[in-house]
Amino acid sequence: MSREGTALLQVEDLEVEYRKAGWRKPANRVLHHVSLSIQEGETLGLVGESGSGKTTLGRSILGLVPVASGRILYAGRDITHARRRERRALAKEIQVVFQDPYSSLNPSLLVSDILSEPLRAAGIGGTEARRRVRELLDRVGMPSDASERYPVEFSGGQRQRIAIARALALEPRLIICDEPVSALDLSTQARVLDLLIDIQERTGVALLVISHDLSVVRAVCHRVAVMYQGEIVEHGATGAVIDHPTQAYTRKLLLAAPVSDPDEQRERREARRLLAESESVL
Amino acid sequence: MSGELGLVVAPELPTFIRQGTLRRLARKPTVWISAVILSTVLFFSFFGAILTPFDPNLTKLAMVNIGPFQSEYLLGGDRAGRDILSRLMFATANTIGGAAIAVSVAVAIGVTVGLMAGYYGRTFDAIGAWLSNLIQAVPGMIVLIAVFVVVGPSTVTSMIVVGILIAPAYFRLVRNVVISVRNELYVDAARVSGLSDIRIMSRHIFVVIRAPIIIEMAYIAGIALVIQAALEFIGLGSPESPTWGGMLQDSFNALYISPFAILWPALSIILTVLAFVFLSNAVRDTLGDPRSSGGTARKAIAHAVTPPGAAELGEPNAFLSVRELSIAYPLSKEKSRTVVRKVGLQVNRGEVLGLVGESGSGKTQTAFAILGLLPPEAIVTSGRIVFDGLPLLELTEKRLNQLRGREIAYVPQEPMSNLDPAFTVGQQFGFAMRKKLGLSRVESRERALSLLARVNIKEPERVYDYYPHQLSGGMAQRVLIAIAVSCDPKLLIADEPTTALDVTVQAEVLDLLRDLQQERSMALILVTHNFGVVADICERVAVMKDGEIVETGETRAIMKRPEHPYTRLLLDSVLDNVPMRAPLTSRDGVRA
Repeated sequence: MSREGTALLQVEDLEVEYRKAGWRKPANRVLHHVSLSIQEGETLGLVGESGSGKTTLGRSILGLVPVASGRILYAGRDITHARRRERRALAKEIQVVFQDPYSSLNPSLLVSDILSEPLRAAGIGGTEARRRVRELLDRVGMPSDASERYPVEFSGGQRQRIAIARALALEPRLIICDEPVSALDLSTQARVLDLLIDIQERTGVALLVISHDLSVVRAVCHRVAVMYQGEIVEHGATGAVIDHPTQAYTRKLLLAAPVSDPDEQRERREARRLLAESESVL
Repeated sequence: MSGELGLVVAPELPTFIRQGTLRRLARKPTVWISAVILSTVLFFSFFGAILTPFDPNLTKLAMVNIGPFQSEYLLGGDRAGRDILSRLMFATANTIGGAAIAVSVAVAIGVTVGLMAGYYGRTFDAIGAWLSNLIQAVPGMIVLIAVFVVVGPSTVTSMIVVGILIAPAYFRLVRNVVISVRNELYVDAARVSGLSDIRIMSRHIFVVIRAPIIIEMAYIAGIALVIQAALEFIGLGSPESPTWGGMLQDSFNALYISPFAILWPALSIILTVLAFVFLSNAVRDTLGDPRSSGGTARKAIAHAVTPPGAAELGEPNAFLSVRELSIAYPLSKEKSRTVVRKVGLQVNRGEVLGLVGESGSGKTQTAFAILGLLPPEAIVTSGRIVFDGLPLLELTEKRLNQLRGREIAYVPQEPMSNLDPAFTVGQQFGFAMRKKLGLSRVESRERALSLLARVNIKEPERVYDYYPHQLSGGMAQRVLIAIAVSCDPKLLIADEPTTALDVTVQAEVLDLLRDLQQERSMALILVTHNFGVVADICERVAVMKDGEIVETGETRAIMKRPEHPYTRLLLDSVLDNVPMRAPLTSRDGVRA
């Protein structure tokens, strides 16, 4: 997908299997020869339906899922089978924002503890950590008195801001956002996406945005990769993929998402019916 | 970017919970009686040896087997003429100390191995489980007797062995809690943040297992006490250090001469063990059910349904009309929270109404009120719901049950959790149709098969015999829709019927709902947060915010010319209307 050496993250021929419970049961392969790359400061969207393997891909880059074969290169360095110690060092480079802001923040810790945790793990403590926490809250648009509260006191959108602040704490160069807004209300979604774009423009961080929602991908991503059953079926610039999809699956996905204009939606419905009919004829 | 920044003060703040838990605990008589007993016992285990009125080993021939309250030996004398009260006080330290040793050993081994097994899984888990099963399979008493024979009489050694024998209880408790926490996203986030395993365990996991460990501790202490007393009673104690169990054995031997002597050690053991068990249970109950004592609030607020006026019955052709509906939930005896405020709705025969709003807007509560399925704590403070001429809020539960399924049907959000995993698809069809329509087994099967075919399920005969876990999410939702329409309802209420589904499946389910609705000219109320879904299927839409309907009207008009600022805000937030992100230029790519 790109020239060797220039990419911040490069995934080559990645295969991931889940072992089934029980001895000598065949493993379930969820990713087949997946390759992609992300440039510095770029947002790549990974779109697909449930079970397409998009979340597994994100988790394997984070080292939360073991890789069966293939390579993951970060800034040219092979991190496919990084050991715990190397992984801990990578915390300064690759971070994550999860889908569910309710379970991604430990309910029994204060926001200041949640935010200072990565800093302390990196050896930053005391006054410097407190200063950074204030700065982080400010950067995600939260009041500084939020630090002495518990996650339960915040709404979903605010919690997602806290999760974004935690991801930013070590100033990583890549953040993996796994369905960053799908648990949020409509009016909050747009604001959290704006925040992500704003942070990217200010810090030059690269983003991998995993989503089932094409409209989310459309709003924040420079490039898009469409996943289906563990494979990337189409990729390219966002405009190209969304306006001129080449694969039938991408077209189907695009037409299936309903739009809020009733007349336009009626046309899309017709187009989808025609596509389905032409498929069944074939 | 400011609307969501005002802090939301949720009703359940953690500090509130903590204070509330202590206060609720103190309100239970078993708790403070247990606390008094245990603190007395603890006091004597520290100071009993100093406070004894007589030397516990002093023997007076005159006092041999003397009864209680007859001499300066208040509780009487034992076989050797020693003061029972003094010995009881003196023995407290050994008894409680022994139990403490057993509990500490059990916690140290059980928690450590449980943490490792739960956190690392696989090999650790297999070894831990194997050891735990092994220990449980070994007959404890025989091990203890063997230890006594080899090591000789020693309270410390035997209590360490007891601790090892109890450890599996902790192992299983901790392992199960850790496994449930290990998969929490915040543990993943901590790993990505570069925390070491030890730090993750101590910060994120220990916090969660702390409470169950402490609760279990009281219970285990009670068990340890009983085992210790039993050991001493069968003579496996050390004669140098008196314990309650040892005293029990001593007085048992003189039971016919001095029947009261056995009462005091027995009472001490029983009361202490009961106090441990009751305290442990009370703490567990209070922590497990935070609202266990809040059930009385409901009666304090009057059940005030507005009496029907002739003019209020709605337009004659309105098939369903909801008027001035308000629903509240009691928070305490005085206060309540209103979640639906004076909501008015109308649905005509064969019409599709969208009820749209964000989470907490009261849309689901409104739908549940129409179905008569509000939770028992909810109170309808005002309003009237008329369906096909029937005042729904005033009907008996029995009459409502006849209506539900037959006249008004429901399609839920989570298809999987709304099918009973113990019955096949066919059986679940049968429940509804045989009861509501009085069909025979054969007739209901025929009808179910044709309905399954109607909702585009391939091979209906096979799916008829499937259990819910064999269905995909989309198939499960089709089955639920087929069951919902099986009795030809006149009104179908679908609560976020496609939210849990993928977009391509969502489109198919919406097509299905639209076709069924038109075929049968059913009225349909679709509760959703998705404006695309509204645009796709609804003729009219009502927008809800904070329990009120802010705007209602024909879908096209509202989508194209929203009047209320909140509707405009929502529509502006729809991401379809956000401009597409431009491709990355080389200038953007350079790190600032």
